Amino acid sequence: MADQAPRTLFDKVWDAHVVLTREDGQALLLIDRHFFHEGSHHAFNQLAARGARVPYPTQNIGVVDHYIPTRGPRNRGPGAIADPTIRRMVEQVTDNAARHGLRLFGLNSPGQGIVHVVGPEQGLTLPGLTIVCGDSHTSTHGAFGALAFGIGASEVAHVLMTQTLWQRRPGRMRIAVEGELGPGIGAKDVALSIIARIGADGAARHAVEYAGSAIRALSMEGRLTLCNLAIESGARCGMVAPDETTLAFLRGRPFAPQGAEFDQAAEAWLALPGDTDAAFDREVTLSADEIAPIVTWGVSPEDALPVTATLPDPDRTQDPARAAGIRDGLDYMGLRAGQKLSDIAVDRVFIGSCTNSRIEDLRAAAAVLAGRRARVPGLVSPGSTLVKQQAEQEGLDRIFRDAGLEWVESGCSMCVGMNGDLLAAGERCASTTNRNFKGRQGKGSRTHLMSPAMVAAAAVTGHLTDVRPLLEGR
Amino acid sequence: MQPFLTLAATACPLPLANVDTDQLIPARFMSRPRSAGYGDVLLYDLRFDADGTARPGFPLNDPARTGAGILVARRNFGSGSSREAAAYALVDHGIRCVLAPSFGDIFSSNAVNNGLLPARLEEEAVEWILAWLEAGNTEMTVDLDACSVSAGGRSWSFAIDPVWRTKLLNGWTDVDLTLSHAAAIEAFATTDRARRPWAWLPDVPSKEPSQETPAA
Repeated sequence: MADQAPRTLFDKVWDAHVVLTREDGQALLLIDRHFFHEGSHHAFNQLAARGARVPYPTQNIGVVDHYIPTRGPRNRGPGAIADPTIRRMVEQVTDNAARHGLRLFGLNSPGQGIVHVVGPEQGLTLPGLTIVCGDSHTSTHGAFGALAFGIGASEVAHVLMTQTLWQRRPGRMRIAVEGELGPGIGAKDVALSIIARIGADGAARHAVEYAGSAIRALSMEGRLTLCNLAIESGARCGMVAPDETTLAFLRGRPFAPQGAEFDQAAEAWLALPGDTDAAFDREVTLSADEIAPIVTWGVSPEDALPVTATLPDPDRTQDPARAAGIRDGLDYMGLRAGQKLSDIAVDRVFIGSCTNSRIEDLRAAAAVLAGRRARVPGLVSPGSTLVKQQAEQEGLDRIFRDAGLEWVESGCSMCVGMNGDLLAAGERCASTTNRNFKGRQGKGSRTHLMSPAMVAAAAVTGHLTDVRPLLEGR
Repeated sequence: MQPFLTLAATACPLPLANVDTDQLIPARFMSRPRSAGYGDVLLYDLRFDADGTARPGFPLNDPARTGAGILVARRNFGSGSSREAAAYALVDHGIRCVLAPSFGDIFSSNAVNNGLLPARLEEEAVEWILAWLEAGNTEMTVDLDACSVSAGGRSWSFAIDPVWRTKLLNGWTDVDLTLSHAAAIEAFATTDRARRPWAWLPDVPSKEPSQETPAA
């Protein structure tokens, strides 16, 4: 349309879903995919209280991940789970799915896994879709050029009952990463560098589009990691424009269109990238060659620094609120100002979570661990049962086991600690997860976020370590 | 939902940035039903020692702040997890308004859906109020109609999405309004099925749903 203003990727996806717009500017958006999990019980209870039904059952898909045990057999059903609270949570979601006739990737389904791994893996996640879930890391699915965001229980109930949500159009923000990433540097380093630069609320009330040559060069796995962490910069959602990389990933996935239908869809998807002169409300650019292997030291993902740096000093920080934040972070983490990051010893490592548990993440960690022993204990939980199978076919499980790490089943596991995979109070963990919040991995736990390769390096040396020398010649 | 007009209440300072929803309610408390109440576990690991003793230095444990209806915090309050239980915990503890320079987006929506006002106030104003409260003052007022806050003879304007403001002022919930548009949604969906067939998933097999296997 010649008279239409240039639109961004976000605008195009948004516009295609507006059922109606209210006088006050709120738009009622059609929701293409709603994923629910064990934690969605509050929403189902709201439906029960109203005696409400789910009018569009095919578009609501359940996954068991948040509370699921990562040890023990899964083929005996939820009733065989030993812990009564966990058993009840898994039974509840199973019952709710059955009651409303909803698809569920349950405890013993071959497609079980973490919701943000399962969606892409099954081809449920597609470009141009609106995707919601009662989980903040729903931003992950934006890697395909979908409009995806986390919602609370009242909104989950609203989607189940109406297949829509009322939304106000957020601001548009473009974050470009230009140039080429150095060896050993990946999407996790890019994402943490962005958060350190703009702050944990730096993208609040904005829809972010990641662009630039370094983003275009990322695999789908890398883009998923990047968009997963969009929420840690406060973004409403994070998106990457669909391209040939996206199509190559989706071709042949179980729930993606097949054959001629795929080609028809692909034509529509490749029209989604923003128009050349589409305007953004804010723009930030980073240079890929300035991005180093990065780790967090404090209790917010914005507390991130290159592993070669030293810890900040609150006494030398001008802003009193920031100084208080640094003091609080150092105190909780048991660290001191001026300490070298690479001197920090860890007690444990964790590889997993919706951020970094895909096959490429496991390969990156295994590349460092192959032929080496971990100095500390650790857990490796693949992102899905299918990722687990593939890793075992590639022999990666042997590498982890031979290094001394535990190879377990798929689930949210030690990222959120709801299933009993927890750190002890005061324990320090090098972790591929997304949140270094106080107590996130268990009461009193201390988390350092980093890439899978960097976690593997910390496992090998027993302290935070620059992975790059360990990769030489590999 | 109870409408929110003006609130004159005891305020509690929480001079921390990035108070995430994991701190507002630790994950281990989230399996309880809504009817069990969440007020006792608000900020549990900051409020209580390992043995469950109230930490005397923590502001919410200060007897002068008993029954606080307003919480004042630094930037990025409610960041992190989408758990609506964070809003349940605040509301069940008696908090009706949080004042901070910025909020997590998902938390803000959840707050409004539970009648809790997330009011964005300039950082300088927040710092002034924090210092004023920490000097021993307690009573503040919040006027949602005028979008203003007053304390110690001073007042400031705060920011809130106008739609959320209307919703809070009237105590509205969305779902009844939306259900009144069911026919429009259905018409949209019908057109959309033809336009974007790939967006619509096949019917769910009638077998045991937990046995779901990937489609061929």
